[in-house]
Order: sequence, then C-alpha cells, then structure tokens
Amino acid sequence: MKRAVISASGVSHSFDTGPTPVTVLRDIDVEVYAGELLMLVGPSGSGKTTLLHILGRLLSPSSGVVMLYGKNTQALGEEELAALRLKYFGFIFQAYNLFPVLTATENVMVMLDLLGVSRQIARERARELLKSVGLGQRLDSFPSQLSSGQRQRVAIARALAGDPKILMADEPTAALDAESGLRAIELLQMLAHQQERAVVIVTHDPRILQFGDRVIHLEDGQIAERLATPRGPSPLHAMGAL
Amino acid sequence: MSLGKEIGLATRQFGGRSGVAWMRPSLTLLIAWRNLVHDRVRFAVTIVGIAFSTILVGIQLGMLLNFLHTTSTVVDHAGADLWVAAHGVPSVDLATPIDGRRRFQSLAVEGVAVAEPYLLHFGFWKRADGIRQIVILIGVEPGAEMGLPLTLPAGQSFREALSSPDGIIIDRLYAEKLGVTGLNQLVEINDRRARVVGFTDGIRTFTQSPYVFTSLRNARSLLGRTDNLITYVLIRLAPGQDPATVIERLSARMPDVDVMTSREFAANSQKYWLLTTGAGISIICSSLLALFVGVVIVAQTLYASTMDRLPEYAVIRAMGGPRWYLYKIVIEQAVIGGLIGSVVGIGAVAVLVYLGRNMSSPPLFPAWLAVGIGAVTVLMCVGASLVSISKITSIDPVKVFR
Ligand SMILES: Nc1ncnc2c1ncn2[C@@H]1O[C@H](COP(=O)(O)OP(=O)(O)OP(=O)(O)O)[C@@H](O)[C@H]1O
Ligand SMILES: [Mg+2]
Repeated sequence: MKRAVISASGVSHSFDTGPTPVTVLRDIDVEVYAGELLMLVGPSGSGKTTLLHILGRLLSPSSGVVMLYGKNTQALGEEELAALRLKYFGFIFQAYNLFPVLTATENVMVMLDLLGVSRQIARERARELLKSVGLGQRLDSFPSQLSSGQRQRVAIARALAGDPKILMADEPTAALDAESGLRAIELLQMLAHQQERAVVIVTHDPRILQFGDRVIHLEDGQIAERLATPRGPSPLHAMGAL
Repeated sequence: MSLGKEIGLATRQFGGRSGVAWMRPSLTLLIAWRNLVHDRVRFAVTIVGIAFSTILVGIQLGMLLNFLHTTSTVVDHAGADLWVAAHGVPSVDLATPIDGRRRFQSLAVEGVAVAEPYLLHFGFWKRADGIRQIVILIGVEPGAEMGLPLTLPAGQSFREALSSPDGIIIDRLYAEKLGVTGLNQLVEINDRRARVVGFTDGIRTFTQSPYVFTSLRNARSLLGRTDNLITYVLIRLAPGQDPATVIERLSARMPDVDVMTSREFAANSQKYWLLTTGAGISIICSSLLALFVGVVIVAQTLYASTMDRLPEYAVIRAMGGPRWYLYKIVIEQAVIGGLIGSVVGIGAVAVLVYLGRNMSSPPLFPAWLAVGIGAVTVLMCVGASLVSISKITSIDPVKVFR
C-alpha cells in the first residue's frame, strides 16, 4: 500500500473574522500520495482554496490533524511552517504573483536564493528550468512582457526550482485558453507520473477534470463524492482532438 | 516525453539545501534596487528628500562648527601649551584680570620653559565719523613667542610694528567695520590715540567685537592702567615635560587660579558659547527637524513601494521564505536610498561651502562631518523603514491568494 505524503483527518475550519464565525470545512479526511494528480473540485465557495491552504500548511485548521510524512504539523510555529513549506512544497497561485521588477530568470532565482543556492548556479538552474517549460526565448523578459500562459509557466518553473516533493496549484488553468490549459495540465501530470511528485490541483474547469487520478468533490465544506480513475488519460490526446 | 526528462534533469541535479544565511550576498539587493528605481518619480522624490535634509543638516552643522571654531580662535592661534587664568573664567573673551606676578611664579615652576603675560580687555573704538565700536584689545610683549597671530601677511613684522609707541594691528576682515582704509591711519581707542601699523588675515571674532593686537605697554596705556594688570599667563613647556604633571605643580603653587592646556581652554570656550547662547541649541534643533522631515519623506515613499510589493512578498512567505528575507529587502532599499541621497546632498554641501569660502564666516565642512552626516542619514533611513517592516510583519500569505 502507498504511504500518504500528506494525510489530513477530521479537519474542520471556520473563519471568525466577521460578526459570527463561518464554518467553511467540516470533518474532512484527505490523503495525498506521491506520483498522483489529485483534483479538488466543487462550486464556488465550497472551501476548495481553504482546504488547499490547509494541506499546503499555509493555514492551520480550527480542528483536526494534518500529517506530513507521518509527522504531526499542528504544533509548529509560523517560521517552522515556513521552513517546512520551503523544503517540501511548490505553490502555483492563480494570480501568479511574479515580481514585476524581476525578469523571468530572476523570478525563478528568488526561490533558489531562499534555498541558499549561489547566484551563479541559481542563474544556470533557472535558465534550464525555464527552457524546459518552453520559455527559452523569454529568459530575460519582464512579467509585463509575457502572456498570461507564459507567466504561469514562469510561476511553474519557480515552484519547481526547489525540487519540491509536493506541488499545489489553485485554478492553474483559469486564466488560460484551452490549449495552454491543456499544456499546463500535461506538464503537471507528467511531474506527478514521471517524477513521483504529489500534485494537488484546485479547479473549476470541467475540461481538465478527466486528467486527475483522483477527484474529490467538495460541497458546502464537506466531501460529497470521491472518484478515482486507475490512471488519468493524457491531455496530449485531448489536444490532438482540438 | 522529452519535456519531462528535461525538467527531471534541471531539478534533480542539486540536493544540497543549505538555507539562507544573513550575510550571504543574495538577490535581496537586486530586488531592493529594482524596487527603488522602478517608479522614477518616487525614486526622485526619495533622493531629493534625503539630499535636501542632508544639505540642511550639513550647512547648519557647518555653521555651528565655524561658530565654535571662532569662539576659540585666539586660543588656537596663540601657540601656548598651557594657559593660566583667573579662577572660573568661562571663555577666553570673558576674562577677568590676574596679578602680573603670576608670570614669575609660573616661571619658577619646574618644567616651565617660557611664561609670558597676555592681556585681553574690552575697549571703545571711535571711528573718524564718530561711531563707536566695542573692540577686544589684546596685548603681548613685543618680544613674545606666544599669543601672536600666526597669519600676519608676509613682509610685516609683528614685533617691529608693536615696538612703536602707539602701534596697533587689526584684521583686514574688520577694517571696513572699524573705518580703516590704510596703514598708518590714526584712530582713537578709549579717547587715546593709536595708529594702525599692520593687518592680520582671517582672525575672526565670535563676539562681533574685532580683536585689536598691540603691545602690552600700549594696551595698558590705552586702558589707562598703570598697574601690572594681566589676564592670562601663556606657558610653553620645557621639552619632554608631561602637561598634566606641570599643571599639577602650577596648581599646587597657585591654588587660586585655573591652569589648563590650550586644548581644554579652547574646548571650554566652545562649550560655554554652545550651551549659554541658544544659538547652538537652536541649530541642533533645526538640524534634527531637517532630519525628521527627511525621515518622513523616506518613510512615506518606502511604505508606498512596500505596499506595491505586498502580493509578491506574500508569495515569498508562502514559498517558505523567512520574514527576515523581506526585512532585508526593505532595509537594503532604505540603505541604498540613504546612500545615494546623502552622497548627492554631501556633494551639494561641499560645492556650496566651496562657493561661500570667502564669506565672513563660511561654514566648515571637514571630512569627518561629511561622513558623520552620511552615516546618520543612512541610519535615519533604516529607521524610516520600520513603518514598512511593521507592515511586512503582518503579511498573511493566505489572504493574498483569495
Ligand atoms: N478570511 C476569510 N474570512 C471569512 N470568510 C472566508 C475567508 N476566506 C474564505 N472565506 C469563506 O470561506 C468559504 C470558502 O472559501 P474558499 O475560498 O475556500 O472557496 P472556494 O471553493 O475556493 O471558492 P472559489 O471556487 O470561488 O475560489 C467562502 O464562503 C468564503 O466566503
Ligand atoms: Mg478558490
């Protein structure tokens, strides 16, 4: 049996920023495995992003336990959690949040800088990574000079720079056209299947749903349905059909 | 699937995760620099703000320094090792007389090579047009080794000039104020006749009463004194003598007067005017105010630029970057701005000081003052970054990604 990279059990979360606390997640159990593409889907406001943040250790749940490689992470402080994220996670956010004052290469270098890689080596690695996501021609472009699909690939390269075991993406295809979306998913699927990374994707996009190895439907903060396919089909086939 | 293999190659080649060390030169400097210059207008405002505050502080402290320097001019120029003065004299210009015999008592002390009388007293100068000016008469013996102005123009002998029975020497800076147009002009001091026999160059007075140098005998006669009144005894030590030891001996011998080194006396004179005349305090206050205005401008532009970068900073936090990494960016931004601004400002002060070098009291701007102002400015900029740092402290990566 496969060992879970992340296992969350009995996770509930409520936000008490307003006048009355809003319960957003109720008693959720989720396991995330290496080599697998997990999709979190559900209507808007159902708690997908919140769950992703909890699994990615950006947010601590009101109750429940999140284990990372079998270790409880609940007791960790803010800076310890940050160090944990640096070590294990790569994040791709919907608004890619690249530094507008840095070139594509430099944006990727930031991640390597956080990891203590020397400037020169970091530059080489960043260039290799950008070439491998198809941005070899735009290494020194600033984000404002890139299309949204290209920006997203920079964000993916940045997330991959630390060679993370776990990749998390929130609505990675929302801002992309059909083809770029499929390319992005293909890339993420490959990262899971060929490189044994755990990949978790939050999405609304029905076009990409079929590529998940496992799909978890959230509704109103609860798991409504779990679907598993033995191995999701390749988006390349779908692309051929375009 | 060549794409996959490439990424595998690219990302798996390094395993070492050493973590970031504070001192390692990192990308923060690049980010700080780009943040700073990204918005040209804001960058210009920042630099001009810092430069202006540096200029204000530089000029004001330069004036203060000149002011302080002037209060001790005669002490600095006298060339004495030690000064014997009436007990409690606060400043060289505010002298009270001592007994002329102090000179001989001093001479008898071991370690004293030369002891000379020095008389300093206010007098009334009457111009040809009848207007009166207060002057400070300084009398030394014509053969004196100490107490003479060092800046006597070439070709003039102070000693010869002072050996004439009514000769006086004034500084060129005050010739106009005293109504003097040339050598050998006859003037009136305390209703007695005197003759201008020489000019010094650049001996400024702090009290606005010009110094008038003359012989001890002339000074006494101008003051109408017949006793052997003096104000100070100037002492030169025998070679190899320790000033502190000789001061001890002199004080033991003459317990009712003060004995101090030139340096101490000059410092006392400066301190006295600095603290009693409000001028020092007000200059220091307005310098602080100028610094404060600079800080507010820097704090404001830095804060605006930090607010612009908040989403990116949140991403760095989300990726697992430690908080200090962000602090470092902001502080480096402040330091770079501070350095550029203060270099521009200090350069401007140097130019202004150069242009004003012929004013009657030009600001002094020595290298140590320039470096000091630069350092304080940079520190203040770092202080100004605290507002932004408090903002960064409260970044919650989750909030940015909704
Ligand atoms: N900081 C917060 N304070 C209060 N309520 C919040 C906060 N963040 C999220 N919520 C609420 O929690 C619920 C779930 O939000 P979440 O962002 O997880 O939904 P989602 O499934 O990702 O939706 P979408 O598909 O629209 O992105 C929503 O009702 C939202 O209003
Ligand atoms: Mg969402």
